[in-house]
Amino acid sequence: MHELPITESILKIVLKHAEANGVRKVKTVHLKIGRLSDLEDEWIQRYFNYLSKGTLAEGAKIGIERTPIVMRCNGCSGSYEWELAKMDDVICPACGGKGGTLLSGREYTIKEMEVE
Amino acid sequence: MMAGIRLIEVKEEILSDNTKTAGQIRERLRAANTLLLNLMSSPGSGKTSLLLRTIEGLKGSLRLGVIEADIDSVVDAEKVAARGIPAVQLRTGGFCHLDAAMVTRGIDALDIDKLDLVVIENVGNLVCPAEFDTGAHRNVMILSVPEGDDKPLKYPLMFSVCDLLLVNKIDFLSLSDFNMALLRERVLALNPRIKILEISCKTGAGIEDWIAWLKGEAAGFNV
Repeated sequence: MHELPITESILKIVLKHAEANGVRKVKTVHLKIGRLSDLEDEWIQRYFNYLSKGTLAEGAKIGIERTPIVMRCNGCSGSYEWELAKMDDVICPACGGKGGTLLSGREYTIKEMEVE
Repeated sequence: MMAGIRLIEVKEEILSDNTKTAGQIRERLRAANTLLLNLMSSPGSGKTSLLLRTIEGLKGSLRLGVIEADIDSVVDAEKVAARGIPAVQLRTGGFCHLDAAMVTRGIDALDIDKLDLVVIENVGNLVCPAEFDTGAHRNVMILSVPEGDDKPLKYPLMFSVCDLLLVNKIDFLSLSDFNMALLRERVLALNPRIKILEISCKTGAGIEDWIAWLKGEAAGFNV
């Protein structure tokens, strides 16, 4: 739902790095977004197309890598990946302990970009 | 790979500006000994009713201020201000959440040196407000009984970021198949450090526990 402000931030950071590196054109922007984040890839691209008009990043493709949800068991302290669809029933695969502390899955990072 | 194309490592947080602003808010309010609390929930779960109960419960103890963010309406701020509590209405213009920059504007409009506690009434929505750090020291959410005990499954992030869950409208429990034990189990599995209080803004049940929690947090904050 909040793809627009997120995309504004993405463009701002992309242009900052593009200018600092003397880039002629940004071709692709690679993002890492945690699976717990509710963002629609399609809308990020659409907003990016709209916002980037007339900039070095116009026409760039947005590639999104989804990073897994990782929990740490409250019982045995082991860490494990878990699926978003099963978040109401988190069980440690090692010891069977219920629940855990979220280690990652909320990432919102620009990893890298391909430029000319 | 095409000639002339190169790779630039960016490795930057998309929300780094917001996170920075949120950190500045936290420091500024800590210096003023003012606890900032972010209240989140679905529309209609009882945020405004809870605020009105809170104003009553804190009378003569903590000095309260309110930042209202409900979409395009001044009704809530007027209800709060009518009780003599400083209230700022933010115009979110249909925005789905508050960010730290908007909260800064709200804080600028309040005399924080004269307040012990500021409550942000976030936009009614269980998705977006969970993603944006508002600069609050504590996150609180309300889930009302008619919404159902399956909400932790649908909105896991919201339940993960909160320090306290208020289960409101417990006066509806006898009319519904809401399973409190199951809800507690689901919520604690997502967030073992969360506190859960059962309340009814209508009957006043549990409100004293909420007020005690607030006083405890504010007291701990002032140490």
